[in-house]
This record gives sequence, C-alpha cells and structure tokens, in this order.
Amino acid sequence: MGLVTPDYGLLFWMVLTFLVVLYILKKFAWGPILSSLKEREDSIEEALESAQKAREEMGKLQADNEKILAEARNERSKMLKEAKELQQKMIEEAKQKAAKEADKMIESARRAIENEKEAAIGEMKENIASLSVLIAEKILKKQLDDPKKQKELMDQYLKDIKLN
Amino acid sequence: MIIKKLTKLSDTPHKRVKYAILLTFILFLGTSSIFAQHEEEKHGDKPLSEKKFDPGHFIFDHIGDAYEWHIVTIGHNHISLPLPVIVYSEEKGLNVFMSSKFHHGHESYKGFRIETDEKSPNKGKIVETLSDGTVVRPIDISITKNVLSLFFSVSLLMWIFISVANAYKKNQGKAPKGMQSFFEPLIIFIRDDIAKASIQKNPEKYMPYLLTIFFFIFLNNLLGLVPIIPGGANLTGNITITMALALFTFTITTINGNKAYWTHMINTPGVPWWLKIPVPLMPIVEIMGMFTKPFVLMVRLFANITAGHIIALGFYSLIFIFGEKNIFAGYGISVVSIAFTIFMMMLELLVAFIQAYVFTLLSALYFGMATEEHH
Repeated sequence: MGLVTPDYGLLFWMVLTFLVVLYILKKFAWGPILSSLKEREDSIEEALESAQKAREEMGKLQADNEKILAEARNERSKMLKEAKELQQKMIEEAKQKAAKEADKMIESARRAIENEKEAAIGEMKENIASLSVLIAEKILKKQLDDPKKQKELMDQYLKDIKLN
Repeated sequence: MIIKKLTKLSDTPHKRVKYAILLTFILFLGTSSIFAQHEEEKHGDKPLSEKKFDPGHFIFDHIGDAYEWHIVTIGHNHISLPLPVIVYSEEKGLNVFMSSKFHHGHESYKGFRIETDEKSPNKGKIVETLSDGTVVRPIDISITKNVLSLFFSVSLLMWIFISVANAYKKNQGKAPKGMQSFFEPLIIFIRDDIAKASIQKNPEKYMPYLLTIFFFIFLNNLLGLVPIIPGGANLTGNITITMALALFTFTITTINGNKAYWTHMINTPGVPWWLKIPVPLMPIVEIMGMFTKPFVLMVRLFANITAGHIIALGFYSLIFIFGEKNIFAGYGISVVSIAFTIFMMMLELLVAFIQAYVFTLLSALYFGMATEEHH
C-alpha cells in the first residue's frame, strides 16, 4: 500500500534537509537561546544568592553591633562603678586627712593654750609676787610711818634674833 | 513612562486577540477549503455522470504525496502549482523538468509518466518505459508536494527560531517579549521536563536535537491542519518523514550507547541464566526491542496524524455520499459533518502538541537509557 511504503526520494530530501536545519538551528538558534537562558537563570540565582549573603552579612553585622553595644554598656557600668569607688575612696581619704589635720590642729592649739596658760600663770605669779611685794612694801611703809612702830618692830626682830 | 506602560498593557491583549482571530480563520479555512477541494473530485477529471464519488480515493489523494500541488479546481480547470521533477534513469541520464509536462498525469514526457494502474505497486509514482518496453522506476528525487512543504516548514522553523535567538541577543538581561516569550516556556519545558528529566548524563548535548524534532513535528502537525497552500501537505502523517525522524533517534541512541547499555542488551543482569543459555532468549528480545522502539515511534506519529486527517476527510465524504443520493440529505448532513470536523480540528490541535511531545519525550528517554550508568 502506498500509504505505508516509504519513498526514498522524500527520505533523501528529508534526511538532507533535516541535517542542514539541525546544524543551522543548533548554531544560530538553540545555541544562543539556551546559553542566554542559562545566563539569565545563573544571574537570577546569583542575585538571589548574593541577596541571601547580604542578609546574612547584615544579620552578622547586627549581632556584632549588639555585641559591641553590650560591651560598651558593660564598660560604661564598670567605669561608673570604678569612678564611684574612687570617689568614695577619695572622700574617705579626704575625710581621714581632714580629721587628722583637725586633730593635729586641735592638739597644737591645746598645746599653745597650755603654754599660754602656763606662761600666763607664770606671769601672773610674777605679777602677784611683785604686787604682793609692792603691797607689802606699801603696807610696811604705811605701818612704819610712825617711829614708834619702827622701834617696836626692831625690838621684835631683835627679840627674835635673840631667841635664835 | 506612563504612556509607555499603557501602550504595553494594551499591546498584549491586542496581540492575543489577533492570534485568536488568526486561529479561528485557520480553522474556518480548514473546514471550508477541504470542502472546496472536494468539488474538484466531484467535477474532476471525468464528468460527474461517469465517475461516482469514491471516498477512498478522495481521502488517500489528500493525505498522499503528489508531483504537483493542487490548489483549486474551477469547473474543469485545475489550478495547481507545478513542481520540479528530478529523475535519473540509466538509459536517459538525469532529467529535470516541471511536473506540468505530465498534464495532471494524463500524458507522458520523455518516456516518463505517472503510473495510474491501480494494481501497480508504483501507483502514483513516476515510472519510465524503457526502449525495450519494460516499465521501471527511475531514481526519483523530485521536489514533490511533501518535499516543498518540508522546505517551507523548515524555512519557517529557521526564521522563527533565528529571530527568537536574535531577540535573546537584543533583550539581553531583560524580560522576554513577543514571540520570544511564547517559545521560551516551550523551550524550558523541553529542557527541564523532557531532557533533564530523562537524561541523567549531559542532557545539554541532546538539547538541539530534541528541540529541533519537537518544533519540527509540532509545526508540521499544525501546518498539516491548514488546508490551503503552503499548508495541508500531511508531512508528519507521511511514513517516510516519521521514518527519517525515528532513524535519527535510533542512530543517536545507538551511537551514544555506553557499556552498560550494550551489556544490558547482550547479557541482561538480574535474569535467570536459562533465559540466556543455551537459547539466547533475552538477548533476542532486547535486540528486537532496540529496533521496535524507533519503529513504534515511526508508526505512532504517522498513524496519529494520518488518522486525524482520515477522520476529518471522512466526515466531508459523508456530505457527498449523501449528496449523491439526495442533494438535501447532503446539505443536511453537512451541518453535522462540519460540526464534527470542527471538533476534530480542535482535537487535532491537541494531538499536534501531544504527538510532538511524545516523540520528543520518548527520544529523550531512549537517549537516557543508552547513557544511563548502572551501579
């Protein structure tokens, strides 16, 4: 039957044409099409990958930032604590120093007062002595105004001497 | 910017509408022009009174090859495109002349004529009457209707895909446009769902072949549905064309067959020894399978496409079978026939894609089997 009998003339043209078309399409159509498709897919994949990478990078950066911030916070609190301690110490020291100084000052003041007092007492004694001498002199002067009394005293003295 | 966007938006539906109109037009022509072609049969070579309508002839004339491309018959005038006849005979050497010299097969030219004897195996082919009176078939590489259709379809194929490739170069790094975006999903489908899914090792190597056969078969299936010139040549429903395609698949499979493939063929692993020795039953089955695979490819495409054409033509024949009995019965049945043929055309559109897909998929599977590494 003609329908199912292959015709070699047509077969000849078909094989020839098909091979030529296959070659031409491979070179000028499928090659460029497939390579551009691949290129595009690769570039999309690359873009997605780099986006993912950037996201990760950002996450890392954020974590880093957090860490740095935490560290800074720590540092600050530590510094504050240290400053407070230092201040406390300084105040304490100042207080102690002040107290010591005050003690010293009080001591020296006391000593000065003591000296002054002693000096004053000495002076007072001297004054009192000279005053009493003066008074005695004045009294004596006044008592021995009268020669009678002088005589009497002398007698007294003499009497005392005799006694000795 | 906005204007550009607007024009783009309006562009796509507009194009879609254009395609839809084109498709309906093709379908409409499909139905009407087989109708027209039939009239030629009716009023054809001989007057109606002498020749009864023969649906067998009518159908096989339409799905077969021819030395001229019949376009239309008006009254008794055939309008057809004469095609070059290229024959080489031992007696007369190379002869090239136009098929119009045969006067639609009624006359002989330089001892060559188209065999009209129903019983001859060369019926419809060019035969040569030698000087001693014997009739032989010369070496015949004429540009027949199918060959011209082949040239036209591959030119169209090359034009389409080279311009698509140029679009890729022009739109580098941009979204696909127009024809490019129509073919891109198909190309990706073939690459990912046919080639990569079936071939494990280096599927890219087979891509040009798979793409070429897919679009060759698909385009020719569609052109076969267009009944007017340059379509209508039933190329993929021709056993020679499907044989050539199957031969390519067979050749590529055989050339690329690796050690595992041949081992599987000769000494199938996992099969009881008594199936191989002393009677090599399995090797025989396997080697037969090697040939039946492409044979089935050949027959499947041929049978599917030819069957579709035969059914559509059969429906049209009904009109004339009934019309010969009663003209009104012919008109009446024509409504049914056209409705059925429209349905068949729709089905054929689907078949056109499915057969192209099946042929490509099976080819890819065979390549995959030939290159698969067994562990």
